[in-house]
Amino acid sequence: MAATTTSPVPAPRTAAPGRYASAAKFTVLLVIAVVFLMPMYMLLVTSFKPFSEATADQAWLLPRTWTLDNWVSVWDRLSPALWNSVRLVVPSSIIAAVLGSLNGYVLAKWRFPYADLVFTLFLFGMFIPYQAVMIPLQQMLVSADLMGGLFPLVLAHIVYGIPICTLIFRNFYAAIPDGIVEASRVDGAGILRTYVSIILPVSAPAFAVTLIWQITSAWNDFLFAVFLTGPDSWPVTVQLNNIAGSGSAAVPYNEQMAGALLASLPTLVIYLVLGRYFMRGLMAGALKG
Amino acid sequence: MRAGVKAATAAALVGVLAATGCGGGGAGDNSEVEVFSWWTGGGEEAGLNALIEKFEEDNSGIEFVNAAVAGGSGTNAQAVLEGRLQSQDPPDSFQGHAGAELQDYIEAGYLQPLDDFYAENGLGEAYPEELVDQISYEGSVYSVPVNVHRSNVLWFNPAVLEEAGIDEPPETVDDFIDDLKAIEEETDAIPLSIGAQWTVDHLLESVLLGELGVDAYNALWEPGADWSTPEVETALEKFDAILAHSQEESASEDWQEAAKRVVDGEAAFNIMGDWAAGYFVNDLEMTEGEDFGWAPSPGTDGVYMWLSDSFTLPEGAPNQEAAQKWLELVSSQEGQDIFNPLKGSIPARTDGDPEKYADSAYLTEAMEQWKSDDLAGSFWHGVTVNNAWKTDIDTAVGLYLQDDDLAALQDALTTAAQE
Amino acid sequence: MSTKKEVAVRRVRTWLPGLLLVSPSIVLIAVFVYGMIGWNFQLAMSDKHKPIHDGEFVGFANFVALWSEARWLNAVGNAVIFTAVFVGGALVMGWLLGLLLDKGVRGEAALRTIYLAPMAISFIATGLVWRWLMNPAPIERATGLNALFANLGLDFLVNDWWTSPDFGMVAMALPAVWQLSGYIMALFLAGFRGISDDLREAARVDGCSEWQVYTKVVIPQLRPVVLSAVIILGHMSLKVFDLIIAVAGKQIITDVPAIFMFDMVFEVRDPAKGATIAAYMLMAVAAVVIPYLIWTIRKERSEGR
Repeated sequence: MAATTTSPVPAPRTAAPGRYASAAKFTVLLVIAVVFLMPMYMLLVTSFKPFSEATADQAWLLPRTWTLDNWVSVWDRLSPALWNSVRLVVPSSIIAAVLGSLNGYVLAKWRFPYADLVFTLFLFGMFIPYQAVMIPLQQMLVSADLMGGLFPLVLAHIVYGIPICTLIFRNFYAAIPDGIVEASRVDGAGILRTYVSIILPVSAPAFAVTLIWQITSAWNDFLFAVFLTGPDSWPVTVQLNNIAGSGSAAVPYNEQMAGALLASLPTLVIYLVLGRYFMRGLMAGALKG
Repeated sequence: MRAGVKAATAAALVGVLAATGCGGGGAGDNSEVEVFSWWTGGGEEAGLNALIEKFEEDNSGIEFVNAAVAGGSGTNAQAVLEGRLQSQDPPDSFQGHAGAELQDYIEAGYLQPLDDFYAENGLGEAYPEELVDQISYEGSVYSVPVNVHRSNVLWFNPAVLEEAGIDEPPETVDDFIDDLKAIEEETDAIPLSIGAQWTVDHLLESVLLGELGVDAYNALWEPGADWSTPEVETALEKFDAILAHSQEESASEDWQEAAKRVVDGEAAFNIMGDWAAGYFVNDLEMTEGEDFGWAPSPGTDGVYMWLSDSFTLPEGAPNQEAAQKWLELVSSQEGQDIFNPLKGSIPARTDGDPEKYADSAYLTEAMEQWKSDDLAGSFWHGVTVNNAWKTDIDTAVGLYLQDDDLAALQDALTTAAQE
Repeated sequence: MSTKKEVAVRRVRTWLPGLLLVSPSIVLIAVFVYGMIGWNFQLAMSDKHKPIHDGEFVGFANFVALWSEARWLNAVGNAVIFTAVFVGGALVMGWLLGLLLDKGVRGEAALRTIYLAPMAISFIATGLVWRWLMNPAPIERATGLNALFANLGLDFLVNDWWTSPDFGMVAMALPAVWQLSGYIMALFLAGFRGISDDLREAARVDGCSEWQVYTKVVIPQLRPVVLSAVIILGHMSLKVFDLIIAVAGKQIITDVPAIFMFDMVFEVRDPAKGATIAAYMLMAVAAVVIPYLIWTIRKERSEGR
């Protein structure tokens, strides 16, 4: 490629535009990729630098001495919150996925009157600004004496995760031929037996998509967490903002960056390993199945 | 209608979740005392723990229940606390800034007056008279101050001042403006480092106090106060002139970064509360008098602009006697001298033991001045205004920082005082 | 004797189990979405300006009063600028990336992974690095991007980012564009690839130039994608909160309704006003989303899914 682009002899007329165009295209894509990676690069290099190198004039350079100190010290600050996040995402994603699967199954294959209306009302729940439910939710949890611990947050992520989970499963099940379900029905199988014997065995990909979606959004959530949890149950986003966000500058930059990476690692790993399912969840968010 | 919706939602919640509520309430037997606070980190937590230890040692039959940690705290603590007060399930005592911040609770009848408690324990004499005056509401006191912080402190870097040929920290607001100009011209340092919006609010109260004087400043927070006067206008003009000497990137820094610039020699002055002393000495390992110096903020010599944490006795507290024991401890000389050295503040009482604070030249000096100075309440830290008024001022200052419209600032401050 | 009643019973038998299975979710959604929204509106129409008040019905007084507040106007203005830059920026960027990747490029999978990666991270974490990148310090104390620009001799690019009174919200939208462009790219790619080659070929045979093929065939087919993208970006941007908290905290210069509302709940503790702002946010989102939902469901039905 280098040879052709630097060649003084013009390439044949028909091929030239294509070849130059694709080289140009690739260059543009590469430049954009570099720009896109820049914040990640900053996070990465700064998190391995000693504080003496995290200064303005050296900020963009690679560390001269690599150190794990930042990671160690930020681990001390973040590990309880990381553990809270784990205890939060596991139950909330599993329960929401199960509910979503049942709903999706019924809405696709076992429809009842006004099922479309119910589905639309569910979908709207996906788009609402959660601020619109936050004050009553908080008041209700306080007056029911349920504030404290992770329960309020788990509850919120289950309830407000139902719409998207339902959507993903409904679109997935819609692709299963009605005949299979009908046949099972004719054989006298009830709704649950059909679900267990016919639907559930093929649901693995949809579960993967939903769980990844739920885990990612619950892990990354900040709004519910600030409204509904206290210091003993802060998930990692809140704790990260406390030690490193605006409003707290007592933690050095290099540690902040290590903290940001540490808090992002679980979702980043999921994304890199299971990118295909992650993508599908994203597409479901656009109602495109 | 409203009760209906609420009941229906609550019923639904219980039905759906089979919630096992375990609400408390009712009269206790004083075998425990439930105290609500949001001291969950750093020196505050250490101080609270030392107090708890002392409390349990003195009152072996009473278990101390730290409700902050159980109920969720920080911002959520407020919601939980308010919910409990409203449903007649109060803790035995809770923490709050002494002053107008507690006014809403007092008006709603959630707090017991503590006049008798003050008389029995001789607190009227132990606290400065002006302090008791300033935390009284319609002639009664409703809370017991534990500590005192000072808001109007000017921190400076002696070396930078020397470079600019300034011998003494400025005594008046006008001197201060001259000094800022001198530093701008003579040195490369930032004349005044400030941080994000709230630190400008903090600066505003010091400038108002310094320019108007203690009586006029205190009068600003009385009902019907007039903020549209030429005196306030002049003070705001000087506030504007002072801000012109701050760093461009201030909005992206919080108080620690701004204060750190002084001890690092990047800035000459910073105006921040006296918790900065603890930050400099304990966190940054700086030496008092060498790496940084301090003075009352310009024009406020002889005036102590204070803020204070205090504890209350709610109406219907289940363990009244145990709660009184707690209040006795936090208001005693011994209790305050246990808590404050760890918190990095001074006792609200005037008879603290200076020995306990001898490590800190700043605290030693502050204790002396607390006894003799005139007192002014900090608005930004909840002494003179309730939260609504405070946020109105914060908004006005924020809009001024954005639009640079000084007349609009004064208008907004005037309106805020009338509401 | 197969009566009408029996038929009805049989019909109920066929759908009742389904309804029962969905009913827990229906109850949860009814209570926590619609019940809470109703309760929120009821709060917004009361004078419960302190948490310890009971609150009387005051109609739309709070809704009207908000418009005479300088802070509200400022916050709405900021949200509009943010939305315009964010939606526009992410659409253009996503479309560009989708277009460039459409025909297949070497390393496409790797590139796509890079563009999409920010979506996997929270705004709190990315906000933190952007807070540093967009540090507004002038050249002599520059850090972040300003330092990079200064080192590269691009001094004219050094700027005060989100702390600029005029363009602050434009800068604030940059991290959001960065975060969401990959997603929009994926939507466009799916859209491009959903257009059959036959259709394009037919247009070419008819003598259309590549540009005409693009404008006459591809763009009309992409309308649903663009619509989805606008809805998704739009509703995200109307409730933007995390990003601004992480980068700037609560300051008027980058104030938006979500932060205003947060302040009302946690600082001022005025439930009625907080609920009013939340109600406006909901209405803004609903105005965009409801027509879209109806349109989607109708379209699905007409396609016979």
